[in-house]
Amino acid sequence: MNFSWMAWTLPTALFFLTILLLLVGMSIWEYFAPGGAPRVGLLRFETTRGDRLFISLLGAAFIHLAWLGLVGPNLWWALALSILYAVIVFRTV
Amino acid sequence: MEKTWNNKAWFLVLPVLLLVAFSAVIPLMTVVNYSVQDTFGNNQFFWAGTDWFDDILHSDRFWQALQRNLLFSFIILALEIPLGIFIALNMPRKGIGVSVCLVLMALPLLIPWNVVGTIWQVFGRVDIGLLGRTLAILGVDYNYVRDPIDAWITVIVMDVWHWTSLVVLLCYAGLVSIPDAYYQAAKIDGASRFSVFRYIQLPKMKRVLLIAVLLRFMDSFMIYTEPFVVTGGGPGNSTTFLSIDLVKMAVGQFDLGPAAAMSIVYFLIILLLSWVFYTVMTSRDAEN
Repeated sequence: MNFSWMAWTLPTALFFLTILLLLVGMSIWEYFAPGGAPRVGLLRFETTRGDRLFISLLGAAFIHLAWLGLVGPNLWWALALSILYAVIVFRTV
Repeated sequence: MEKTWNNKAWFLVLPVLLLVAFSAVIPLMTVVNYSVQDTFGNNQFFWAGTDWFDDILHSDRFWQALQRNLLFSFIILALEIPLGIFIALNMPRKGIGVSVCLVLMALPLLIPWNVVGTIWQVFGRVDIGLLGRTLAILGVDYNYVRDPIDAWITVIVMDVWHWTSLVVLLCYAGLVSIPDAYYQAAKIDGASRFSVFRYIQLPKMKRVLLIAVLLRFMDSFMIYTEPFVVTGGGPGNSTTFLSIDLVKMAVGQFDLGPAAAMSIVYFLIILLLSWVFYTVMTSRDAEN
C-alpha cells in the first residue's frame, strides 16, 4: 500500500508516535490502577487522569502556538514549558 | 457479587475504531503532515517547518475571520437558545396540535444546507425575492449583496430559521419527560409561571440544553455552505468565516500548507471552546 500521499516526515511521525506511546502508557496505567483516579483539584471539578492528559495536550498545543506567535520559531522552550505545565496539571488539577 | 472482567468485548468496538481511523485520524494525520510542508502538486513535498503556522498567526485575514466567526456563533446562541426554549414552552402537549407542531418544526431540518442557501439567496433578492422586493416596496433600504450589515442579518436570520427547530425539538423532549407530579406540587405551593420555569422546567432541560448549545456552537462555528451560497463571503470579506477562508485558501489558491496549518489552529479552537462549554455545563450539573 502506498502512503506517499500522506506526505510523512520524520518529525511528524515522531510526534504521532509520542501520542500513541502516551495512550498506550495511559492504558497500562489504567490496567494496573483502574478507575482513572478521579479527584477534584485546582479547577474545582472532577477530573480523571485521562482528562488531565487531555488538558495537558490541549494546553501544550496552545503553549506552542502562543510561543510561535509571540516569541519566535525556536520551540524547544515551548516544549519545556509544556512538560512543566503537564506536570503541574497531573499534580494539581 | 464479584464483577466479571471480560475484555473480549473490546473486539466489538474494533469496527468503530477502524471507521474512525479512516474517516478522522488518517485525514487529521495527513493535515498535520501537510501543515509543515509545501507542495506544488505531483506528490512532491518540501519541508517548511513552522513557517505556515507563523504566517497564519501573524495574518490579519485569519484573525478577522476568527472574530467574525466568534461573533456569529455568539449571536446564533444568543438568539436560537432562548427562542427555542420559548417555542418549546408554548407548544401543545396533547392532541393533534402536537403532531402538527412537530412536523412543522422538523421541516427546516430536512432541507439540505445548499438548498437553504439557495432559498434565502432568492428570497432576499431585491429584484425578484419575496423578502427583498417587499422590503423595497415598503421603502426599506435592504440589499445583502451591497451592504455588509444586510448580509449579516440575512445569514443570521437564515440560520435561525434553519436551526432553531433543533433546539425546540430537544427542549420539547426535555419538557415532556417532566412528570406531572412536579407541576402538581408547584400548583399546591402556589408557584408562579416563572418559578415553575426557573425551578422545574429549566433544571430538567439542562441536559438537552447542553447538547443543544454544544451542537449549535460547533455547527455555527463551522458554518460554510449557507453563507457561501447566499453571499459568497461578501460583500468584501464581511461574511467570510473561517471555513470559507479555508476553502478559498486550499481549493481556490491551492495553498495546501497554509490551509493545513489554518485547519489545525481552527480545530484546536473548536476543541478548546467545546471542552470549556461541556465542562462548565456538566460541572454545574454535578454541583446541583
